[in-house]
Amino acid sequence: MIFLRKTKLMALVGSLLVGTMVFAGCGASQQSAGGNDKKEAAIEGKISASGSTALLPLLKPAQETFQSKYDKVTVNIAGGGSFTGMNQVADGSVQIGNSDVDLPAEYKDKGLVDHKVVVETFVFITNKDSKISNLTLAQVKDIMTGKITNWKDVGGDDQAITLIHRAKSSGSRATVSDTVLKGENFTDNAIIQDSNGAVVKAIASTPGAIGYVDAPYANDTVNTLSLDSVKYTAQAVIDGKYPVYSYGHMYTKGEATGAVKAFIDYVMSDEFQNTEVEKLGFIPINKMKQK
Amino acid sequence: MYKQDQQHKRKMLYDRYVKYLFIASAVLMSLLIFSIVFFVGKQGLLTFTQVSPSEFFFTSHWDPMEKHFGALSFIAGSIFVTMTAILIGAPLGILGAVFMAKVAPKWLRNIMRPATDLYVAIPSVVYGYVGLVLLVPFLREFFGVNSGFGILAAGAVLAIMILPTIISISDDALRSVPQPLEEASLALGATYWQTLYHVLVPAATPGILTAIVMAMARAIGETMAVQMLIGNTPLLAISMFSPTSTLTSNIVVEMGNTPFGSAWGNSLFLMAFVLLLISLGMILLIRRIGKRGYAV
Repeated sequence: MIFLRKTKLMALVGSLLVGTMVFAGCGASQQSAGGNDKKEAAIEGKISASGSTALLPLLKPAQETFQSKYDKVTVNIAGGGSFTGMNQVADGSVQIGNSDVDLPAEYKDKGLVDHKVVVETFVFITNKDSKISNLTLAQVKDIMTGKITNWKDVGGDDQAITLIHRAKSSGSRATVSDTVLKGENFTDNAIIQDSNGAVVKAIASTPGAIGYVDAPYANDTVNTLSLDSVKYTAQAVIDGKYPVYSYGHMYTKGEATGAVKAFIDYVMSDEFQNTEVEKLGFIPINKMKQK
Repeated sequence: MYKQDQQHKRKMLYDRYVKYLFIASAVLMSLLIFSIVFFVGKQGLLTFTQVSPSEFFFTSHWDPMEKHFGALSFIAGSIFVTMTAILIGAPLGILGAVFMAKVAPKWLRNIMRPATDLYVAIPSVVYGYVGLVLLVPFLREFFGVNSGFGILAAGAVLAIMILPTIISISDDALRSVPQPLEEASLALGATYWQTLYHVLVPAATPGILTAIVMAMARAIGETMAVQMLIGNTPLLAISMFSPTSTLTSNIVVEMGNTPFGSAWGNSLFLMAFVLLLISLGMILLIRRIGKRGYAV
């Protein structure tokens, strides 16, 4: 009797399993067929993306216009941070992973395809009471690594330097580390705030403070420094004179297809790049001379 | 006759089955709690497959990108901040409770008690923000230090946040001291101050200790306000004004960009697990204190 019951149960479970497989199989094949064959006309489905919070303000307007263009597409974009994005796209839980940083070594063999969609720049800012308006890259590096701890060593008043910046897991910090510190480590003797907005606020209220933020966040409550006598402008970055920038990446697992490809193409299109991108303080990717 | 019978039957039925509802709720609750503890513990202990326990607990070099996982500065930071908060908050809270329970006239008490309970409800981010805008600049100018971020700023704000816990539990303890004790003391010729100092407060000690331990549990777990005021840098504190980190602040600052399942992510879970164990220890402590009864 018990044996009989068991076999019945097994049969039930088995048929359910087969059923789901068939179902899922059908769904998948239909989707890929639709994506490849009909191009523009039949772009439909769901796009999921997650990752960098710095790219979120840029992708939100892209999502809205894209969805109104193709009403059969739903785009979901979540934050979570650059590493979350790369992690989730690598294990297949989202289709697009947004990131401020290049792929770290441990993701290199996951078959991720890089799409550089925008240029993000970073500026160094100080408290308003500082008379310094220009530092050389070497000076900035020495301040960030803790070799210079007083403003008088870079031509300012006799005042201690307070470094206020981002956490070890931040994409902004990784970029400054790559472009300015070049392999050396930040000093731990610093105050860490966990967003661009908080860094600006803390620097504005702390005498002798210095730090860095994404360029759009630097407002008139703080001084923005020139580097090697080059004032930060979008043009200076494009001309290659201002070195502190990184690319905003959208990673896909394998080449993008169907709706996902259409969405990334839209973000990289002149239509989007020349309007929203500049408005939000990023630099359009098509203006950048690719290395 | 028939109708009554029906009603009675229904009530009996209700009686029989309602107990399963309670059992189900209890089981669900315990299941949830245990699965959280299990998940955090499992994920946290995975750290030790890549990091040695002695490195995690006894060094303070925290640089996960370079494979250094020393969490000592966070553990020490959590303990120092909590101690500072208790040192400032406990005397204030106990005196406040004595005033409220035994000295204040009834009408004042009727205002103070609801007010105390009310300020538990202020969100911690509000405390943090006020601390950031008012306290940090004040400390910086008053003590002439660099930034003002650090243990004292976080501890002082925490001290205010734990006051309601200390006041209301100590108040209950003081008021439940039997009236005859107080009357006997006064009848023997003790002044009111002597009665307070030698009879009432000692008699209420277990309750007051419970209040302090509960306040410590709240202080060590507080995240938002501390994160805004501590400075968040993985450096062992060398003074009350040097920026440092706590377990909670480091978790909240780093979790967003940390890949789940990596040694880095696991070590954050381990910090959460350490916090959980500390809280658990405190709860056990409270139960022991509670059992002692009146220390007269």
